[in-house]
Amino acid sequence: MRGFVRRVRRLPVSLLLGGLLTALVVGAALLSLVWTPFPAEQVRVVARLRPPGPVHWLGTDHFGRDVLSMILVGARNSLAVGAAAVALGAMLGVPLGLAASAWGRWGDEAVARLGDLLFAFPAVLTAILLTAALGAGAVNVVLALGLFNAAVFARVARGAALAVWRRDFVRAALALGRGPLSVTLVHVLPNIAGVVIVQGTVLFAVAVLNEAALSYLGLGIQPPSPSWGKMLGDAQTFLFTAPLQAIFPGAAIAVTVLGLNLLGDGLRDALDPRHRSAGLL
Amino acid sequence: MLAFLVRRLLTLALTAWLATLVVFAVLEAIPGDPALVMLGTSAQPEAVAALRAQMGLDRPWPVRYAGWVGGMLHGEFGTSLTYARPVAGLVADRLAITLPLAGLALVLSAGIAIPLGLFAAGRQGRAGDWAVMAFGQMGIAVPGFWFAILLILLFSVRLGWFSAGGFPGWEAGAGLALKALLLPAVALALPEAAILARITRTAALDTLREEYVRTAVAKGLPRRVVLRRHVLPNALIPVATILGLQFSFLVAGAVVVENVFTLPGLGRLLHQAIGQHDLIVVQGVVVLLAVTVVAVNALVDIACAAIDPRPRVTV
Repeated sequence: MRGFVRRVRRLPVSLLLGGLLTALVVGAALLSLVWTPFPAEQVRVVARLRPPGPVHWLGTDHFGRDVLSMILVGARNSLAVGAAAVALGAMLGVPLGLAASAWGRWGDEAVARLGDLLFAFPAVLTAILLTAALGAGAVNVVLALGLFNAAVFARVARGAALAVWRRDFVRAALALGRGPLSVTLVHVLPNIAGVVIVQGTVLFAVAVLNEAALSYLGLGIQPPSPSWGKMLGDAQTFLFTAPLQAIFPGAAIAVTVLGLNLLGDGLRDALDPRHRSAGLL
Repeated sequence: MLAFLVRRLLTLALTAWLATLVVFAVLEAIPGDPALVMLGTSAQPEAVAALRAQMGLDRPWPVRYAGWVGGMLHGEFGTSLTYARPVAGLVADRLAITLPLAGLALVLSAGIAIPLGLFAAGRQGRAGDWAVMAFGQMGIAVPGFWFAILLILLFSVRLGWFSAGGFPGWEAGAGLALKALLLPAVALALPEAAILARITRTAALDTLREEYVRTAVAKGLPRRVVLRRHVLPNALIPVATILGLQFSFLVAGAVVVENVFTLPGLGRLLHQAIGQHDLIVVQGVVVLLAVTVVAVNALVDIACAAIDPRPRVTV
């Protein structure tokens, strides 16, 4: 037990704090699968815009829906969109980056140009374009954010893989007659996994922020399914009468993003001691 | 340098061309008749036919694409269905709000972040450094549009110092117009400033480890002079690169923040165009923004290469 405590105390502060905040949000999302104080989509106009109290801990919105229940279900929706966008980005971007590192100059050039093209479209712009063509919805948000993430993953994977390709054990494997695909899967991929996971955590945080912004604009998760961004959009209309409604969903987004960013920083420090920064920095 | 310049400009042209292809292809993929999507299913068949002719939907797509790109090269972005005005004119009107907003946000973010980053680097590991980095973490985590709502809550609802949104127009006087842009610019600047402060701190710490800085300190120069004269100019190169890259985030942020403050800028035009199914406006504005992002990134690359010869080797 003492050994465990000592090991935990040796971990970066950012990893512990980030892990704790992220666990809190994931816990809220999981809890919403089995329990919420009230059904999140239940409309009760007679109980509209109630301030926080013993029955509705965080109050009710303009339709009389329980804000705490909406925030719990919102956590689930937000994390689902973020996870899907990161998974899509990694599935497209990591193989692309690995291929570019193995194919030499032309592969490099192709990934660099694709990256330039995708960076020309900030995720919000891509989402707007897709919404104009296909209509609003969570799927289009995942597609837009996933494409942007793919460009980032491809660049990061390529950079990290190039460094691995230069190492002696990879040269030895090639000299022994292993093909590029086999070397990539057996030697390169496991050695860049840490960098990819750290990048994934940061992109997860960016995806949560962008999903909230798009839902605020009405282009993301569609009602009646609760989303933190849409809740803020609705709360803005009632700033004079129910200002607290504009606080809780925003705080939920900030806690989630802060947790994921700290987790990413902490993982980077834990996986690569050369990057170690002081405490939370 | 000339070879680098030519190569970078060719890349810029290629990326810009690919961006036009992407926008055209996405809107080409609309299921059904785009004219019917824009006018609605209850539209008169004659109106749909007229719009189809105006958009050239009866022609094959390569001809339409060539006509569209050729028009844009001459400043013709088509005519908005909602406003019955050329898109180029609409964009020019809206830029009169979005450009000053973005400029103000950029100035605010650099004005806050660079001194903070230098301050933190000069006090590495001490309370001041921790405070700046905590600001950095919070600034990145707080969504810009929520911060915008909080600013409205404090300065408009509680204190009544600013209006909660809208824009009086430049004709009402520069003072009033700038006042209307101040809160949106602060909201837009916060996440940028948070990122930039971290970058400035890292760049300044790297520079502080250089031999010539140690020599300056050993000569007995005061810390403030060392930071200003030796650290700042060298730390500014990575800061300028990030500032350029942040332009794309600024564009995305403006779309959202303009909607929070109901500012009639380019972002709001784009958002409204989606609601109005005005695909001609969406197409024109998205291409314009994407090409601007590409151009700004290329300009930053070229400017950095002109100041510092090292990137030319790797880019």
